Amino acid sequence: MATTRSRRLARSVSIVGAGLSQFGAYPDKTSRDLFVEAFQDMQETIDTGISAQDIEAGYLGNYSADLFEHQGHTAPIMADWLGMTPTPITRIENACASSGSALREGVMAIASGMYDVVLVGGVEKMTSLPTEGVTDVLASAADGLYEVPAGLTFPGIFGAIAKAHMDRYETNLNHLLKVGVKNHENGKLNPKAQFRVTVRDMMDRRKARAEQRGEPVPDWDDELDFLNDARANPWIAWPLRLYDCAPITDGASCVLLVASELANQFTDKPVHIAGIGQATGRPLHDAEELTSLSAARIASAQAYEMAGIGPEQVDVAEVHDCFTIAEIVASEDLGFFAPGEGPHAVDEGRTARNGDRPINTSGGLKAKGHPVGASGVAQVIEVYKQLRGEAGDRQLDNSGLEFGLTHNVGGTGGTCVVNVLQRG
Amino acid sequence: MTTESESRPFNAASFYAFLKEGRFMGVRCRENGNIYAEARPIDPVSHSRDMEWHELSGRATLSTFTCISVAPASLEAKGFGRNNPYCTGIVTLEEGPRISARIAGVDAANPQNIRTGMALLIDMSEIDPDEPGLVFRPA
Repeated sequence: MATTRSRRLARSVSIVGAGLSQFGAYPDKTSRDLFVEAFQDMQETIDTGISAQDIEAGYLGNYSADLFEHQGHTAPIMADWLGMTPTPITRIENACASSGSALREGVMAIASGMYDVVLVGGVEKMTSLPTEGVTDVLASAADGLYEVPAGLTFPGIFGAIAKAHMDRYETNLNHLLKVGVKNHENGKLNPKAQFRVTVRDMMDRRKARAEQRGEPVPDWDDELDFLNDARANPWIAWPLRLYDCAPITDGASCVLLVASELANQFTDKPVHIAGIGQATGRPLHDAEELTSLSAARIASAQAYEMAGIGPEQVDVAEVHDCFTIAEIVASEDLGFFAPGEGPHAVDEGRTARNGDRPINTSGGLKAKGHPVGASGVAQVIEVYKQLRGEAGDRQLDNSGLEFGLTHNVGGTGGTCVVNVLQRG
Repeated sequence: MTTESESRPFNAASFYAFLKEGRFMGVRCRENGNIYAEARPIDPVSHSRDMEWHELSGRATLSTFTCISVAPASLEAKGFGRNNPYCTGIVTLEEGPRISARIAGVDAANPQNIRTGMALLIDMSEIDPDEPGLVFRPA
C-alpha cells in the first residue's frame, strides 16, 4: 500500500534556526509585519548569523490571508519584505496544517539535492475579522457542499467527535477541561504565548473584578468549578465550551533548514529531521471512526518508521490541540496511549510537564495561540527549543531528551503532518 | 429506462435540486453496490465510475451530534445562536452510509436529553429551498 511503503530521505536535513513572532491580537500588524518579526527572531538564534540572500528557496504556510486580509499571493510579499527576492518562494495551503506541509516541502527540496539552505515558515493574521467572520473562514476548511450546509462549524465537528468519544469510552467533560488547565499552566511559562496565565489566574481575576465593582463575588472552589460555570465558560458547540477552543491569533513562525552536512556551519546544536509523515483523511461522516483521525494514525506510522523509533521513545510532543478533545484523540492516534486511555492519562497528570509523556509544553494551540497557517512550524520550534535545552522556565529535564514529535492537523483530519525530530 | 431526472450529472447541484423536489437521492456504484449519500461521480473505494442515482429512504439513526451556540451567518439569520442553539451531527442512513445533517425537533438547549442511536427521519419541510441542507428529526 502506498501509505506503508518504507521511505527514506535521499540526504538528511537539519534545523539550525527558529523564530517566532509574539502571538496575540495586534490591530496594527499585518501578515508581513508578523513574518518579518519571526524572521528577525530567527536571525538572532543562529550563532553564525544568516542573511536573507543566503537562502535558496522558501515555503510559506498560510491558510487564508485572502479571506482574513483580502490579500492573496502572500508568499512573494513575505520574500520581498525580508529582502529575499528573487529567491523562489511558494505558498502551501492545507488549512491549519499549512506550515506543517510547508516544512515537509522544504525538507524534500533539500533531500532532493536541489537546495542546501531553505526557509520554511507560516503566518496568519486572524483578528482583522470579528469572531463570527473567523468562524465562517475556518468553516471553509470543512466540506462546503456536504458539511457546512448541515450547520457544522469547526468547533461543531470537534464537538461531535467529543460526543462520540464520550459515548464510546469513559471520557467526560472534566477530562476535556483538564487539557486546557494543563496547557494554560505551560503557556504561562512561554514568553511568546498569547495567554500567559493559568486558568486559576483567570478565575482569580474574575473574582477580583467582581469585588472591585461591588458585585457578588462568585464562589468557585477551584479551576474545574470555574470552568463548569456557563456564565464564566459559555458553550460554543456542546460538549465544547469557550475554554475548550484554541483562540483567534495573529502570529508567524519560521525555521531554517539546511543539508545536515552543512549544519555545523550554522550551529553546534542542530536538530535533525528523523522522520516525516503526511496523510489525507475524509470528512467526519465518511471517516472510518468518529473517535480517531485516520490521517494522524497513518502519518505517525510513516514518521516513526522513517525515524526507526516507536511512540514509547518520544520524549516530548507538540500535538494539534485546536480543541481540548483533539489533544486527547491525538495522544491515542499517535500511540502514546491506547484508544480510550487518553482521558485517563490527562487525569493522572501523565501529559503534564512533570509527567512521563509531556504534551504541549509550549502551552499548545490553546494557550500559546493558534495563528492557523503558522502553527505547524511553531510546534516544531517548541520541540527544537526543548531538544536544545532553550525552553526557559518550561524546559523539561534536557539531559535525557533525544526524540521529539509534532502533530499538525488540517481541518478535521483532511490533512495530518507528523514529524519526528532528533537532537543532533 | 432512464428517466430525465436520473440522467442528471453526479454533483452537488443535482443533489440539492433533487432535495428541493422532495427527493433524497444518493448514488450507488453498479460494480460493487456501495452507496453514498453524496453525489460522487467516482466510487472512492472501488474506484469505479459506473455510478447510478439511488433514492434513499430517509430513515437513519443518530451517530453523534453537537449543539452549536456560536452559529455561522447563514444559521444566525434563521434565529439560531447563543440564546437558541441548534443540534447538528452525523447520521447513519438505513442504507449504510453516514452523512452530516442538522437535527430538528430536539431540545438543543438540553443536549444531555438527546440520545445517540435514536431513530430519525429526513424532514423535507425544514429544508430551506434558498440554502438547502439536510435536516432530520426524531422518527
